[in-house]
Amino acid sequence: MTQPIIELRDIRKSYQMGDTVSQVLQGVSLTIYPGEYVCIMGPSGCGKSTLLNVLGCLDQPSSGHYFLGGEDVACLNDDDLSKARCRNLGFIFQSYNLIQQLTVLENIEVPLYYKGVPEQESREIAIRLASQVGLSHRLHHRPTELSGGQQQRVAIARSLANDPLVILADEATGNLDSKSGQEILGIFDDLNKAGKTMVFVTHDERMVGRCTRVIRLKDGEVDRDERGAAADRYTGITGTSVRPHAADSSAPDHTAEGVAAALVHQPVLS
Amino acid sequence: MFSLAAHPILRLAVSPQHMWRSIVLGSKSIWLHKLRSMLTALGVVFGVASVVAMLAIGEGASHEAQEQIRKLGSQNIILESVKPSDNQGPAQQTRSMVIEYGLTTRDIDQIRQTIPGVSVVVPSRIISEYLWNESLNVDASIVGALPIYPQMRNRRMLAGRFFSELEQNERLPVCVINQTTAARLFPLASPVGKSIRVRGFYYRVLGIIEDESQRSTGESSGGNNKSSNSNSLAQLIIPFYTLMDQYGDTFFRFRSGSFEAEKVEFHDAIVRVNDVNAVVTRADAIRHLLARNHPNEDYRVTVPIELLRQAERTKRIFSIVLGSIAAISLLVGGIGIMNIMLASVTERTREIGIRRALGARQTDIVLQFLIETVLLAGAGGVIGVILGLGIPIAISHFAGVTTVIKAWAPTLAFSISVITGIAFGIYPAMRAAKMNPVEALRHE
Repeated sequence: MTQPIIELRDIRKSYQMGDTVSQVLQGVSLTIYPGEYVCIMGPSGCGKSTLLNVLGCLDQPSSGHYFLGGEDVACLNDDDLSKARCRNLGFIFQSYNLIQQLTVLENIEVPLYYKGVPEQESREIAIRLASQVGLSHRLHHRPTELSGGQQQRVAIARSLANDPLVILADEATGNLDSKSGQEILGIFDDLNKAGKTMVFVTHDERMVGRCTRVIRLKDGEVDRDERGAAADRYTGITGTSVRPHAADSSAPDHTAEGVAAALVHQPVLS
Repeated sequence: MFSLAAHPILRLAVSPQHMWRSIVLGSKSIWLHKLRSMLTALGVVFGVASVVAMLAIGEGASHEAQEQIRKLGSQNIILESVKPSDNQGPAQQTRSMVIEYGLTTRDIDQIRQTIPGVSVVVPSRIISEYLWNESLNVDASIVGALPIYPQMRNRRMLAGRFFSELEQNERLPVCVINQTTAARLFPLASPVGKSIRVRGFYYRVLGIIEDESQRSTGESSGGNNKSSNSNSLAQLIIPFYTLMDQYGDTFFRFRSGSFEAEKVEFHDAIVRVNDVNAVVTRADAIRHLLARNHPNEDYRVTVPIELLRQAERTKRIFSIVLGSIAAISLLVGGIGIMNIMLASVTERTREIGIRRALGARQTDIVLQFLIETVLLAGAGGVIGVILGLGIPIAISHFAGVTTVIKAWAPTLAFSISVITGIAFGIYPAMRAAKMNPVEALRHE
């Protein structure tokens, strides 16, 4: 049986707010396997963001176990958490969160810098990723000179730079107009089709049609865990993930699928 | 909770390559806010500049003092006659129109006989006269001296020779002139062997002696400078007995219509003490002795060693004053840097959150901000050193004070700037590193 990428066991998180303790996560248990495209949904205040922070190793649960790629990260210290983020996770944020004073290339290189990839190699990877998200003509521009859609593409390239186990996206299309949003979602679809594990946090019901699994949270608990509309695409538990294109072709492929496939099939870095 | 070994500050060791990239990134970040960075570094610039300038001036003063001691002789005690001011003069002398003052043979003999450990006492007399060489003339002092004069005064002969014991005893009309006199009276030819006329009396020139270093008389211990060298006094040095024969022990000076007569036996005398360590006590003994013989203080005792002490005291005070200025401006500069870095950390909270999310450890964040601070302070240090090297040069040029720049001074000052950067950069850097990544990401 395939090793799960993410396994949460009875994760609880509470915050001290003055005298009262507010329980945000009240025992969340879930397992995510390679190649899944999971949508975490729920009304605001249900604990989505907190769960994402825990999944992203940005926050420690108050209790419970979190196995990321087989390693229990719930009890790691700050340094090891940073390393876990560096190796295993790619982040995509609603507000892109690019570093304003860095160029497109430099932004993509940030995770590689902290991973310790030598400068030249990291520059090559960044150039490849930038051209694969269609920004090869904007390599030395700063984020402020780009449109929202372009910025989110940079963020996607950046999230892929360290070849993570899972990509966590937080309302990734929330700040985009519908056209750019569709483009970005198209890239996500393709990334998933190419085998990337995606966890998407949103309250946008339209996402249900795109993912393989929908997890609905309510009051800090998993309310429902159901198959998404695209669940038939997913074969992860029993076999390997679907890879629609053999990516040995180095020629640029301008279809969305081609982009995603090329993105995923870059050599694994270490 | 951090164990000691896991403390970010204590694990800054990274590969040189990584370090270099961090430095490049840091410089870019500083360059992004040119004006702000410049203003921030200004405090350090002034601090470092004042450290460099202070050291150069201090070294200069000490060098100057040592040079002066070398010239005057550290074993010497210099006695000078000083004309008492009119109201202090005894009535009897005023009545006779002859002002009698200064060192006497009795003083010299008493010093010779009663002060132990004193090897030579060389008295001399100085008279102001015009010297003539055909149509050229110069207002000079005529010094009556003993043959041992050059050694006692540490003055080198530049040409010819000094007069001998024989010439002294025979009271011959020979002389030695200093550089200034030679240049004024004999601008073209060598003066050795020629004659100089003083009031119809001729002296044959035996040699040229170097100009006397401006004697500092207490109040201006750092005194020597180039401008006073160029107009130093013309001197004619003749055997003491020759002078006695010519002028006796009284001489007349005409001054604005009236005339006054002065009776001075010796204008100055140098006492050489055998033991350097005893100079100060011997000087005290001489002071007591002279105080008994001269109730109206018509003399002055100068002790080069004391000048050295005084110069050192001055240097120390100078160092303390400038050192405090430097310390204060470095402190202010450091606080300025810290202030800006704290503002910068707040301003870049989001960036810090992003970097943490993308895998930066606390150490990486500490390093990033610390490098920026050190670069800022270091750049200020470099500018400060350049400025600081300019200040002593300007001081030497305009105020004529000798300054000496030692190679270690700029190095020290630059190191101080870097240390300032580290000292005042650690807190903002730690604060940046300690931020909660979740909150930092949420920061607007």
